[in-house]
Amino acid sequence: MQDAFVANLGKIYTFYTGGFLGFVIVLAILEQLGVPGYILGYLFVLLTIAVYAGIGYISRTAQVSEYYVAGRRVPAFYNGMATAADWMSAASFIGMAGSLYAQGYDGLAFILGWTGGYVLVAVLVAPYLRKFGAYTVPDFLAARYGGNFARLVGVVILVSCSFIYLMGQLTGTGLVMARLIGIPFEYGVFVGLLGILVCSMLGGMRAVTWTQVAQYIVLIIAYLIPVVILSTQKTGVPVPQLTYGSILAEITNLERTAEYIAPYVGAAKGHATPFWFRDPLNYFGLILCLMVGTASLPHVIMRYFTTPSVRDARKSVGWSLLFIFILYFTAPAYAVFAKYEVFTNVLGKDISTLQAVAALPSWVFTYGKIGLVKICGANAASPEAVFAACQGVKDAAGNLTPVTTLTFNRFSIAPDTVVLATPEIAGLPYVIAGLVAAGGLAAALSTADGLLLAIANALSHDIYYKMIDARASTARRLIVARLLLILVALVAAYTAITLPQGILIFVSWAFSVAASGLFPALVLGVFWKRCTSAGAIFGMIAGYATCLYYMFGTEYYGVPKWFAGTWLTQQGLNNIASGMVGIPVAFFVTIVVSLLTKAPSKEMQDFIDQIRVPKGGELMSEAKPVGGH
Amino acid sequence: MQPSTRAEEHWRRTRGLMIVSMIIWFIFGFAIHFFVEPLNRITFLGFPLGFYMAAQGSLIVFVVQIFWFAWKQNKIDEECGMAEEE
Repeated sequence: MQDAFVANLGKIYTFYTGGFLGFVIVLAILEQLGVPGYILGYLFVLLTIAVYAGIGYISRTAQVSEYYVAGRRVPAFYNGMATAADWMSAASFIGMAGSLYAQGYDGLAFILGWTGGYVLVAVLVAPYLRKFGAYTVPDFLAARYGGNFARLVGVVILVSCSFIYLMGQLTGTGLVMARLIGIPFEYGVFVGLLGILVCSMLGGMRAVTWTQVAQYIVLIIAYLIPVVILSTQKTGVPVPQLTYGSILAEITNLERTAEYIAPYVGAAKGHATPFWFRDPLNYFGLILCLMVGTASLPHVIMRYFTTPSVRDARKSVGWSLLFIFILYFTAPAYAVFAKYEVFTNVLGKDISTLQAVAALPSWVFTYGKIGLVKICGANAASPEAVFAACQGVKDAAGNLTPVTTLTFNRFSIAPDTVVLATPEIAGLPYVIAGLVAAGGLAAALSTADGLLLAIANALSHDIYYKMIDARASTARRLIVARLLLILVALVAAYTAITLPQGILIFVSWAFSVAASGLFPALVLGVFWKRCTSAGAIFGMIAGYATCLYYMFGTEYYGVPKWFAGTWLTQQGLNNIASGMVGIPVAFFVTIVVSLLTKAPSKEMQDFIDQIRVPKGGELMSEAKPVGGH
Repeated sequence: MQPSTRAEEHWRRTRGLMIVSMIIWFIFGFAIHFFVEPLNRITFLGFPLGFYMAAQGSLIVFVVQIFWFAWKQNKIDEECGMAEEE
């Protein structure tokens, strides 16, 4: 039955994609018949979650290898899609275009960092861990570095970076529901959580894999449609990724010549001008941290444990990046089209009378009502509010200086709005906004699925089975795995609701934590036979501790930023790139301690030789103890 | 000693491919973007070239590079008799 399923994947997902498009068309017709927007929003959310949950239910399993690695039967192409959904979170879907809008060229650090890291995954990490045959990343650390202490250190790092990241996703889920269909934030988090749990609980990795493929299809369709239509409207060509070059040229021209923009932007802070938001050290530092973090984040690495072979694991990394690329090379187009709309249809307009204010595009007020667009320092909730705020503007001396023309410095838009508002900017029916909501939700849920599974698997497989009760029966292991999954999910949801929403900065921090803690141990473990258990363990602890010290120290405890005021950087190293401190420390400690301790045994050297070649089957399997020797 | 020398050759070539891959990665991930300002004076497909490389060019290189790496590494595995048995 399983093999028939794998053989028919193409048919199944083609049918699914057609079904989804048909569903969108039906909703579009319902909208024309007068069904109100919020009902369409509910239908989008409920039906897509029901489909994901259905896939999760069909994929339920009672086998350990199905639960942890989807039976290692996922073809490279589909694993690529699943990884892309696993990878692209609410931050990629909603947040990234907004960062690019605000930061221009300097925001491209995220685009480069979140794609280039896959080269490291393909070349340095994934094939070797696939050959080893791990269920979890700590499995490999334990086998290579002398047992359960290394495993425990690995679990601590894994849980910290994944949990931080998971909270960000749950917050994203709540925000999508709150902003697009008006469910209160807290309920949104729990509805999302329910969807995530039903997907992953019964079928583990197998269910998450097939759900993520379905979620990728929804999110990529939802991301492309609005901007393709917008591009067709503005330039006549439905390929936004190519046409936004000419729009960018017009923006650059306006930045330099329009009297309502140029004094505040000019050539120095233009959209294509580098290094005004981030100086070169912070720009390249962030890229490096995101890339190295990509190759160290356990929820990404473990996706490559599900392919049938080492060869498929490598190829699958290529497919993953191709599917990610489709969204990432579209994001800068979103930013540029949105900026063009603001520069030509909002800024420079006469706002000296109430009538003139009311003539601003309606999306300004739609998003102003929920606090995402501000004009003259106040929420642009209505023409009256904007008019009053702009009439009441005072200069430095406290004299009234009413604003008559809307200038660049009087207008601000929250980053998240760029993707969300595009359907309305393009004048599209509400159904497209609902589609975008479904896409954002798919992005947040699919990433949360993967993270939740990574954490729960580390706790159930590494802590419970490997360290507490090595004789636990299969049934018992799966029950423990499921209970832990629910527990972790509830704790994460509770934390996401109680902590402030600015938590999305933690997503970028997770990369530095993973990079500083895990990268040297994973890579040197394969590429340097002389790397010893003591070296790796001290290196992991040192990298992890240094990274956390710099992050929390500079953020909360007034530790001064490093290199500030030197020739390298004026502002100092930002803690978003804390890995710049943690990664070198981790490498240094690993190498020095390794050289000071006794070289690994002959057995360990043979073990490394076996990891290096695809031939010879997995080293760790259910039948054999870890390490296979 | 036949098997161990085949394994050694396999690892030597694998490491060579790794180093070449890392050089390409470094060039398109970092080195080329050091020169964004001079590159921005060149127009490519309507974009300033420096901006284009960070927004699209390098990404295309990464995708192609990984498929090339997978193909090349596979060839090394087969030629050294180290590929997986099917």
